[in-house]
Amino acid sequence: MTVSVEPVLSAPAVNDPIVSVDGVTLRFGGVVSLGGVTLRQRRGEILAVIGPNGAGKTSLFNCLTGVYTPQEGTIEFRPSGRPAVALVGRRPNRVNRLGIARTFQTSRLFNALSAYENIRVGVESRQHTGPLGAMLRLPRTRREERQSRATTEELLGFVGLTERADELASSLPYGDQRKLEIARALATQPELLLLDEPAAGTNVTEKQALEELIRRVNRERHVSVLLIEHDMRLVMSVAERVAVLNFGLVIAVGTPAEVQHDAAVVEAYLGRPDDATPSTTASGGVTSGDGGVGRGQSPEPEDSEG
Amino acid sequence: MSISAGTVGAPIRSGLAWVRSDSGRRLGGWILGALILALMTGPSGNDSAPTAGFTGSLLQPRVLVFLGLAVALWVLTNIRRRYGERIRAASDHVTGTPSRLLRTRRARYGLYVAVLAVAIAYPPTLSGFWQEVLVDQIGVFVLLAVGLNVVVGYAGLLDLGYIAFFAIGAYSGAYWTGALPVHPPFHVNPFWAIPLAVLAAMLAGVVLGAPTLRLRGDYLAIVTLGFGEIIQIVATNLQGVTGGAEGVSGIPHFSVHLAGVKYQWGLSNLPYYYLLLGFVVVVLVAFRALENSRVGRAFTAIREDEVAAEAVGINILKYKVMAFSIGASTSGFAGLLEASKISFVSSQDFTVQMSILVLVLVIFGGMGSLPGAVAGAAFLQWVPQILRQHPLFGYQPQDLYIYLGALLVVMMIFRPEGMIPSRRRRREIVLAETGVGTADAISGSSDPAVRP
Repeated sequence: MTVSVEPVLSAPAVNDPIVSVDGVTLRFGGVVSLGGVTLRQRRGEILAVIGPNGAGKTSLFNCLTGVYTPQEGTIEFRPSGRPAVALVGRRPNRVNRLGIARTFQTSRLFNALSAYENIRVGVESRQHTGPLGAMLRLPRTRREERQSRATTEELLGFVGLTERADELASSLPYGDQRKLEIARALATQPELLLLDEPAAGTNVTEKQALEELIRRVNRERHVSVLLIEHDMRLVMSVAERVAVLNFGLVIAVGTPAEVQHDAAVVEAYLGRPDDATPSTTASGGVTSGDGGVGRGQSPEPEDSEG
Repeated sequence: MSISAGTVGAPIRSGLAWVRSDSGRRLGGWILGALILALMTGPSGNDSAPTAGFTGSLLQPRVLVFLGLAVALWVLTNIRRRYGERIRAASDHVTGTPSRLLRTRRARYGLYVAVLAVAIAYPPTLSGFWQEVLVDQIGVFVLLAVGLNVVVGYAGLLDLGYIAFFAIGAYSGAYWTGALPVHPPFHVNPFWAIPLAVLAAMLAGVVLGAPTLRLRGDYLAIVTLGFGEIIQIVATNLQGVTGGAEGVSGIPHFSVHLAGVKYQWGLSNLPYYYLLLGFVVVVLVAFRALENSRVGRAFTAIREDEVAAEAVGINILKYKVMAFSIGASTSGFAGLLEASKISFVSSQDFTVQMSILVLVLVIFGGMGSLPGAVAGAAFLQWVPQILRQHPLFGYQPQDLYIYLGALLVVMMIFRPEGMIPSRRRRREIVLAETGVGTADAISGSSDPAVRP
């Protein structure tokens, strides 16, 4: 063991977290999906959540965004310049209004609407025109429409879909659909963006474009990004820190390099070494996402970040 | 012997095989439907001639018309199955031509102005009967269809008790103008009763919608169906308040006393027609603006994918209640207009068939399409009146709903998007047919029952 897990797990509490997940437990009947997840994300960072299939990554997202209500634990969101709010028990639309936007594992665009209209729905969710204002086309309605048109076009340009503005969302190539979903999420002016496997099903060029886009979202728009991704190359290059989830528990948090050589992580992905020397396993590192899940024994529940 | 039996048996066997084939079964289905339709709309038997219903409908030449229709539709389905793609492309080309010609704003407004000019200039040349049809059958139902279009077409909510809000509007109008057995604190002119009636219907929509719109679509249909029945039964039984089934008369007509101008809309139809036309135009302009607004796009987003709509911050319940009560208000408005026009309101008018009828008008015209709702309502309300005047193949007015049901079945097979479909709805149907529109409900259903 060249890299000990100790420095990672005993790392001091994150300063200025944008979101703090504390002991979140989610059960479906007898099946434990999340078994007390504790995780903190720094403001402005790109944090990746990785783990084998079924580890609870999407469940964590669904708890964060109000789709699921965990039975135990708290989730606290600290928007900048406003007091912290608890997220558990809030409806998805309320969570979005607080400043957390998301994309879905299989993209859920409004298929019969154009790319332009998809983004505009997101932009307009932050506006105030009511039915009467819309029917009478009051001055405020007109002003808001000018604003939403401009913002929508700006976002189309940001993700590079200006040329395809009038195409139906469903007719876009897969990579463009993923970009469009990110643009729609950005349209709601989030401080934290949750991306659920944005690179799934994309080809190499599209992956590179996405990687670049995620960085630009983070740097140019100052949005913190929480990322679920199976593509390790993408995760290791884009994420500042990585949290590893297995069987509903965070088993390691750290920089990509630290996590890659963490014994518990290697075990979760490749299985527990029986009689091989530990060093061989550790040097193997984590290379593939979907690769062999250690089904042999359940990992020890290790605390992360206290 | 055995050889001849074989030669005779072969065609019979192949004939039987054909009957069992998909195509044969479809023909059987169409013929069965046609025979049922002929039977249901034909004469009925009585004690002295118990089989008259069958002999009268199935042994008369009239049944041939229905069988001919069945065979024609069967041929159409076969053609569609074989050349579906090409027919769709060709029909898109044909039906798309008007919309291509109307692409520019100027062309569209030109058409609207032309239609409006006809609507203004043509009715005075009609006979009294047709003028009455224009107001009572077409005008009021166009308004109803346009309102239900917001609920069913924009927001995708199935409302089967729509006429209840029509009743609420009619009774509020009757109440505030002092025609009901119970008297209001002050009497108003029907014009001033408009906001009160609209408000009452809207409130009823919110009160009914807020709890039920949390549920999935099927439950909403059942609850609204029940609500429609409740309103009618209450109106019938609360005789001291509503006048019950005998109804109350003496609801005043619309009148104006303004700055020396004094005018009263009376029993003649033409003035009411123009009043109604004005209201319909105002409502159409307002709903067109609504459709292309933030609110209209939010309705579409919810209809497309509730989970995604919620994830971009749209409060689904709020918008559903909004659509539901906008529809309810329109229905209430129409109710007040009708009550004041015929100066009479009775609980017998608010049957569930009326709700279904308005729904059929919207579906026939094209859900989510304002021109569709207007044209669908005008056409489907006009045809029965023509048939009433010139009965074709023994048409009887009481069979109207049987024919409408058959029409709806045929529509759903051949043109589910309606006669003048909305662009968005049409795309949705095409996408659903190619399998893109089916959203998976796994990563988070908005259905409360699925939530842990």
